[in-house]
Amino acid sequence: MNKKYTLKKANKQTLQVVVNKYEKRVKKSSLSTKKANFKKALKRSRVSYAMMAPYLIIFLTFTIIPVIMSFALSFTNYDMLQAPKFIGLDNYVNLFLHDEVFLIALKNTLILAVITGPLSYIMAFLFAWLINELPHKLRGLMTLIFYAPSISGNAYLIWQLLFSSDRYGYINSFLLNLGIINEPIYWLSTPAYALPILIIVQLWLSLGVSFLSFRAGLQTVDRTLYEAAAIDGIRNRWQELWYVTLPQMKSQLLFGAVMQITNSLGIGMVSISLFGMPSTEYSAHTIVTHLLDFGSTNSTRLEMGYASAIAVILFLMMMASNLIIQKLIKRVGS
Amino acid sequence: MKKEINEQELDFSQLKDDQTLEEQVQDLKKQHLELKKSVKHKKYKRVRLSRSIAGDVILFVILFAFALFSAYPLVFAICNAFKPLDELFIFPPKLFPRHFTINNFIDLFNLMSNSRIPISRYFLNTIWITLAGTIGHVLLASLCAYPLAKHKFVGKKVLNQLIVYSLMFSTAVTSIPIYMIISGLHLLDTQWAIIIPSWGYTLGLFLMRQFMTNIPDDLLEAARIDGANEFTIFWKIVMPMVKPAWLTLIILLFQQLWGTDGGNYIFTENLKPLSYALSQIVAGGIARTGTAAAVTVIMLIIPITVFVINQSKMLETMASSGIK
Repeated sequence: MNKKYTLKKANKQTLQVVVNKYEKRVKKSSLSTKKANFKKALKRSRVSYAMMAPYLIIFLTFTIIPVIMSFALSFTNYDMLQAPKFIGLDNYVNLFLHDEVFLIALKNTLILAVITGPLSYIMAFLFAWLINELPHKLRGLMTLIFYAPSISGNAYLIWQLLFSSDRYGYINSFLLNLGIINEPIYWLSTPAYALPILIIVQLWLSLGVSFLSFRAGLQTVDRTLYEAAAIDGIRNRWQELWYVTLPQMKSQLLFGAVMQITNSLGIGMVSISLFGMPSTEYSAHTIVTHLLDFGSTNSTRLEMGYASAIAVILFLMMMASNLIIQKLIKRVGS
Repeated sequence: MKKEINEQELDFSQLKDDQTLEEQVQDLKKQHLELKKSVKHKKYKRVRLSRSIAGDVILFVILFAFALFSAYPLVFAICNAFKPLDELFIFPPKLFPRHFTINNFIDLFNLMSNSRIPISRYFLNTIWITLAGTIGHVLLASLCAYPLAKHKFVGKKVLNQLIVYSLMFSTAVTSIPIYMIISGLHLLDTQWAIIIPSWGYTLGLFLMRQFMTNIPDDLLEAARIDGANEFTIFWKIVMPMVKPAWLTLIILLFQQLWGTDGGNYIFTENLKPLSYALSQIVAGGIARTGTAAAVTVIMLIIPITVFVINQSKMLETMASSGIK
């Protein structure tokens, strides 16, 4: 009796062992088939990979790898002559604790972004929307007028003439004529005027790709939806805009937001060409100009590690604000 | 709408028993047609959209005010280019020239032909950079966009996400490593330093991919059944269909490359583009104000012309630009 029992027990145990073994084998084979499937999938789509390879190599070399390098360099001290030296978080500590000019640049960038970002976004949509209601023949002309500033290269230098500091400057002479001022104002070298002027010029430049995207998106909204909405009791154009148009345009709105945020945080070249480098009392200094001050090969500083830390901060600001805004836009019309 | 018709079709109670089957069918057909007509009529009947006149007036005053703000500096630049020098410095300044002249352009031309390196050299440099950059980008980006839009493969989702994310940061962020990479590849002081990075322009790839997703799959499938390989499909079917998209890519890239001045990458004088030469002239001071205006007009007129010609195509592409 006892013997039989132990034998049974032993049998059970060996059985369990065998079962376990088989289970393992099955698992292994399924894993290997998965691996094989994966390899097969890769092989099957080798044409796709071949087609993408040329672009992706360039994309990786000039977009993705530079971002990674920026992060890596930001923890080092590097002057392009000697090998980079790891210094931990020193660059970031210096930026926030010992670099007063950076804090000015940060403040200016935030002011510019908070004003020009939303304003240019609203302008781009508002004007695209109004143009869409114009008669067909006028639409093309108006689109051109609004889009022209952003495609005309460095035509923004004209603002230099308009804001010229002598009495021949257009705005000075206009105000002198009206008797509002008695002597010409030094527009571009008075710190108090720097940011407002930069905002005006940036708004003038800002109706770019997102404006076109809105224009195009509005044309594709189904007309019958408006008619249905009118029957359903939509009373004015604002309700129509909120309940019909905007929800239909969500994807374009997201795209436009990405473009406008990136632009408004990246203001820099306009500041340099209008106000010089550095501008009077750093009044038009932005993160980008600060970056160029340290990291451009034209500058005498060549502190690439420090400049990379600035770039990383700018990068994080752009990503963070983009992700927040995207979340907000997804709620539109609900 | 379809549902409505079907329900009506199935309403057999109206039919009389003594009708033959054929008559019944005829009747049903008639009913169907009538219904179709009425539905169509409903669909195309215009409903007056709610618009108040006061609102119209206010909004369009705003629109035209901003149109003036937008156009004024450009009109000002163009007018300045046609003013004689003495008229540029009268007080108070006038917008439109009193004595129309093209002397500024002639001066510019003389200045350029007297310089050490002839203007044609700079001009050819710009044309070469613009053409090589634009053509290369359109080809590579559309070749990459086709699988991203239409094929199934491992890693597709990750790649598409990566592209959307890289729309979110400007080139200022990556300028330092890019300089190091270009110098590492021994491209410094060649025009390739500007041409090759421009091929990787992310917005172009993104727009092309979005536009290609609109191509019907059946069409591609039919071609595959006929034995066409992927490259033939891409070249013979996809590329002709996305013509608006590549026109858009051309415009976008053209604008960037036309205005490039070589930046930090080109040092040799006879490799530099037009924009650089023109900016040197503008830097000449007050006496060059007239020529500077002429320069601005030249730099401005070409991108605008290219846009005017292709506006409708560009809007067609932009319609699918959304991020989902």
